[in-house]
Amino acid sequence: MTRKQRRLTMIAAAGSVLAVAVGLILFALNDRIVFFQSPSDIVAGGLPDGQRIRLGGLVADGSVQRGENAQVRFKVTDTVETVDVVYVGLLPDLFREGQGVVTEGVIAPDGVFRADNVLAKHDENYMPKEVADALKGKGVWQGEQ
Amino acid sequence: MIVEIGHFALILAFVLSLIQSVVPIWGALRHDQRLMAVAPPVSAMMFLLVGVSFAALMMAYVTSDFSVLNVVQNSHSAKPDLFKITGVWGNHEGSLLLWVLILVLFGALVAALGRNIPPELKAATLGVQGWVTAAFLLFMLATSNPFIRVTPPPMEGQDLNPILQDIGLAIHPPLLYVGYVGFSITFSFAIAALILGRVDAAWARWVRPWTLLAWLFLTLGIAMGSYWAYYELGWGGYWFWDPVENASFMPWLAGTALLHSAIVMEKRGALKVWTVLLAILTFSLSLLGTFLVRSGVLTSVHAFATDPARGTFILGILVVFIGGSLALYAWRAPLLKQGGLFAPVSREGALVLNNLLLTVSAAAVFVGTLYPLALEAVTGEKISVGPPFFNMTFGPLMIPLLLAMPFGPLLAWKRGDIYAVSQRLYMAFGLTLLATLLVVWFQGPQQILAALGIGVGVWVIAGAVAEILSRARFGHVGVSTGLRRLVGLPSSAWGAAFGHIGIGVVMLGIVAVEAFQVEKVLTIRPNETVTIADYELAFGGLVRRTGPNYIDDVGHFDIFKGGVKVAEADPAKRLYTARRMPTTEAGIVTFGLSQIYVSIGEVHSDGGADIRLYHKPFVTLIWFGCLIMGFGAVLSLFDRRLRVGAPRPARVRAIPAE
Repeated sequence: MTRKQRRLTMIAAAGSVLAVAVGLILFALNDRIVFFQSPSDIVAGGLPDGQRIRLGGLVADGSVQRGENAQVRFKVTDTVETVDVVYVGLLPDLFREGQGVVTEGVIAPDGVFRADNVLAKHDENYMPKEVADALKGKGVWQGEQ
Repeated sequence: MIVEIGHFALILAFVLSLIQSVVPIWGALRHDQRLMAVAPPVSAMMFLLVGVSFAALMMAYVTSDFSVLNVVQNSHSAKPDLFKITGVWGNHEGSLLLWVLILVLFGALVAALGRNIPPELKAATLGVQGWVTAAFLLFMLATSNPFIRVTPPPMEGQDLNPILQDIGLAIHPPLLYVGYVGFSITFSFAIAALILGRVDAAWARWVRPWTLLAWLFLTLGIAMGSYWAYYELGWGGYWFWDPVENASFMPWLAGTALLHSAIVMEKRGALKVWTVLLAILTFSLSLLGTFLVRSGVLTSVHAFATDPARGTFILGILVVFIGGSLALYAWRAPLLKQGGLFAPVSREGALVLNNLLLTVSAAAVFVGTLYPLALEAVTGEKISVGPPFFNMTFGPLMIPLLLAMPFGPLLAWKRGDIYAVSQRLYMAFGLTLLATLLVVWFQGPQQILAALGIGVGVWVIAGAVAEILSRARFGHVGVSTGLRRLVGLPSSAWGAAFGHIGIGVVMLGIVAVEAFQVEKVLTIRPNETVTIADYELAFGGLVRRTGPNYIDDVGHFDIFKGGVKVAEADPAKRLYTARRMPTTEAGIVTFGLSQIYVSIGEVHSDGGADIRLYHKPFVTLIWFGCLIMGFGAVLSLFDRRLRVGAPRPARVRAIPAE
């Protein structure tokens, strides 16, 4: 192999690894990301069936019903619209009525949001940033306590 | 008074860091011995001053001095003493002070131990380290001063965030910081080499122990953080692809690439320009990690405070250091001579492939971590990039890396013979096939992916063992000579083998947990039992216990196997009284390498409780694997060759391992 051939082999190898990586990243960015939606966005509709989303807002006061085997129903609201959520599992320690929450899952055909993940908060003052921004948009944000 | 001494020491250290930033580099460029001689004593003084400052803050915490704002916000008189001490770095200001302390510690170590480094290189390196120190001390003094007083002092503090009151927190940040900040030395060496316009094989040898040391601590720090999240957050996950985790993982990937490319540079004089770039990139990623974690652009347990001034300041540091060093690189790197030709199939070629895959996968993690931030800044659209993205991009890039791993160390330098190497790996290949078939046999063909994953793990481990055995030439010289040769192998060979074995072990643990873990979520009432895997858990009900600054509702479980009681688990819901903040304390019982994991959720009025129950087969391998990697790094650090200054006669006490 000449010097030039060696260099070309190396460049070809590097190029193909890069091409594969870029392809994977583009594909994954198209397909494997989850959009954040507020209850108003969801009620406005337009989401494809089975699309995974993150739903964020406040847990509506008095809406939490606990069933058997860790099934929980609650409503997420941005004070304008409200969406019913069903979740099976343990809720994060700081899940409370009237507090911000982010849930991830899909909307069932009956309009109920089936969450498979309710995001934990690490601190009692912590409002998920997405929720804070969405609430600011609705003019109900009072700022950090 | 003590607090003011700490504050004053910090200001003095800043002044010294300004001197350090200019004088030694000036001396190095003019070959002036007197100017260069300034660097070592100033490094030692800075370490002493920041040490005094750190001790003063720790004093304020231990004595619960609530006239200091930082202590008020993050401590409580009833907090256990251990957490009073660890609380020093459980907040923004204190953790920055720890960051700077480690920064100046590394400077002082290079000053004290780097005796066989040429004086110009050493002076310039310490000078560059002075720039970093100056930037971070200025940042602290301007925006994040831990010594600010408050009048009138309150009677009681606000306590530390409860999930940070844990022994894991005592260890995780210092380990991680030694790793992050350790790469600053490699960075300083690279910048110094660019300033002086000279890089050779010896440079790689001086840099290598520092890179190894930083890599060792970063590995342990990440593993510790992962285990902490696993048991403390109560969701039983070991890795979440959370941006904050990624922030520590990117420098790890780049640092791992650097460790490997430095070998090529040391042995063959090739890849010089690339290695210098990697050294810059690795520390840039550490700085980026600090920015992401500390600026408040991400919301997480690590984002202690969101003060825009701080974010802007760190962004400024980031831009100046990364932009400046890359500009310097573009300007000076063409001066560095390339050397060492090699064929694509060779040890060098394999290490280039390793570097290619590691840096590209670091880039994938980088995109996944920063894309949501960039998208939101540009379009205002909010997205989350989670595990599906990383499994799709990072996973496929790791597979060729793991498959190629056993080949690399067996290939000859310059020109390798892939067929000869394959012959030496036939045993490893046989074991891999056997393991894969066994998994399919016992778990059924629907678990073919898991079987292949286990196969890859076994391949990496068996490949590393085959490499060590083949180095000792077991096949040729017989068992007794082989054993003797095995003992006589350089410890860096053993280090590399253990590093690779560790990766294989981590892989086995991840695949076993992902494929075979069992999860149950249910409501359980006193005296009921639940079965998971081969175990039965009997719930004995909840009992209230009082701790120093919290109240526990403890659920008691007796664990039976085949009707015999084998263990107990006591998961709890804990309420920290000062902040009225609940946490979940998981009950974890280890059986061999596997674990049973119970955490309690909602407590019902009839004494029942919602529980989440896992059987996690071989989960501990994930962290054991990291320990094995760390052990490999320690072995490599003890390699004799690192102690021998390349161009000059050996001087034994020249490396940090002692």
